[in-house]
Amino acid sequence: MDNKHMADEVKMSVKNLDLYYGQKQALKNINMDIHRNAITALIGPSGCGKSTFLKTLNRMNDLIDNVRITGQVTLDGEDIFDRNMDVTMLRKRVGMVFQQPNPFPMSVYDNIAYGPRVHGIKNKAKLDEIVEESLRGAAIWDEVKDNLKKSALRLSGGQQQRICIARALATKPEVILMDEPTSALDPISTTKIEDLMEELKRQYTVVVVTHNMQQAVRVSDYTAFFLVGDMVEYGETKELFTYPKDKRTEDYITGRFG
Amino acid sequence: MSSTVKTKGRIADKLLMGLVLLSTSLSIILLLGIILFVFIKGASTVSLSFLTGVTSVLKGTVGIAGNILNTVLIIVITMIIATPIGIGSAIFLNEYAKKGVFVTVIEYATETLSGIPSIIFGLFGMMFFGNTLGLGYSLLTGGLTLILMVLPLITRNTQEALKSVPDSYRNGAVGLGSGKWHMIRTILIPSAMPGIITGVILAIGRIVGESAALLFTAGSAKGLPKAFSKIFEKIFQSGGTMTIQLYLSATSEGDFDTAFGIAVVLLVLVFVINFVTKWALRRRIN
Repeated sequence: MDNKHMADEVKMSVKNLDLYYGQKQALKNINMDIHRNAITALIGPSGCGKSTFLKTLNRMNDLIDNVRITGQVTLDGEDIFDRNMDVTMLRKRVGMVFQQPNPFPMSVYDNIAYGPRVHGIKNKAKLDEIVEESLRGAAIWDEVKDNLKKSALRLSGGQQQRICIARALATKPEVILMDEPTSALDPISTTKIEDLMEELKRQYTVVVVTHNMQQAVRVSDYTAFFLVGDMVEYGETKELFTYPKDKRTEDYITGRFG
Repeated sequence: MSSTVKTKGRIADKLLMGLVLLSTSLSIILLLGIILFVFIKGASTVSLSFLTGVTSVLKGTVGIAGNILNTVLIIVITMIIATPIGIGSAIFLNEYAKKGVFVTVIEYATETLSGIPSIIFGLFGMMFFGNTLGLGYSLLTGGLTLILMVLPLITRNTQEALKSVPDSYRNGAVGLGSGKWHMIRTILIPSAMPGIITGVILAIGRIVGESAALLFTAGSAKGLPKAFSKIFEKIFQSGGTMTIQLYLSATSEGDFDTAFGIAVVLLVLVFVINFVTKWALRRRIN
């Protein structure tokens, strides 16, 4: 119940969102409110549009040719597709963690400092502070504090993913998008990341795409079920998994397909 | 039955193994033989005065310092222009241009260009840079010609290197709010550096070894500039590189000692270039 009170406020709002790859429609009329300080899980079978939807929230789809988007997405009431929206600022506010850990081929320190440097922070002391704070925030400070100059590529997969989370935290985002952040990790690292997500939602709004329904149940407050470009059902996680309203949701969560 | 098949297979295996070994040893023997031959013939010619002096009939000296300087100048002229253009066009083709007919045609053209016999570049360079632009036989004409020749090499290598940088790096950087150029500068170029260095060093190697394209563009003068301050003027004057001098020594001058001496110097240089490449690559990877 606590969560519900904290999460009443809407952080991002999606209205009548359609997305096309060339002629093919990948997202069909999505409407959804993403709640502040909550974890929203996007579930559904492969190719259902959940990752595409996630990438719309910080306009990462801009990078792909032939993508056409109609509809509205707002962040604290501001239209993110507005001509005056600075994409750099948007991506600072809405950070992203990818499916495969993708630390840059540089030191742990430089990885974390990358975002702040992009946004103009050059002061060494300030950067030091951000690096420590972000690494602590991603629960990996103790493991790397003596090796900040070491290449991030030498860390294990689970550590790399937490480095990537720390890197996203370093720009001091408001929303963190996670695209199947644990699908490439072992169970122990997965648990660590899931615990971390619980921590993160105190300060941030988290949207996570997951293949793993148990994970959605374990970590999320809200769940949206996607199927071939449609958002079939969206609601509080407990409710959606106990009393699914739509037959297709029920079939999916009971493992009849997917 | 099955055992005979097996034996047959073994015999065929051994035969093939033998043939493969034979070809390997043959190519190694040939290679070592050539190197040995050149060193035996030329090593005694190479001395400090050979490397630092100039050939003079009056003084009776033989030296290739002028040719070494010309080689260095040609490398500098060519690379100073070809490197940024080559890397720049690779970045454009790979990161900015929309994949389509345009890019395919350019990529096909650069590939073809790198396979064209160098003498054709020489012919064009002589007519265009030498005659039309009036630069005559000069190091500059030679350098400009070689730019055309090594550009595809640098572009192709840089492009391959950029292609091998995982997209996840690009997405990671852009996802943090980095602009495209910033991402290219801070992530792509450093990651692609080994490939870029390889392209540049291969290009230098190509210049060092080039003779056909230079013969009728850069000329064959072997003297040194009268003073250090005249080096800049030298660019507009005729100058033969080491390979050109090798050719002249072995043909019109009939001085095989000098020819083999230069051959030794060139071989050593190629070794050094290969070594530096490997070293640079290993350093980047660590």
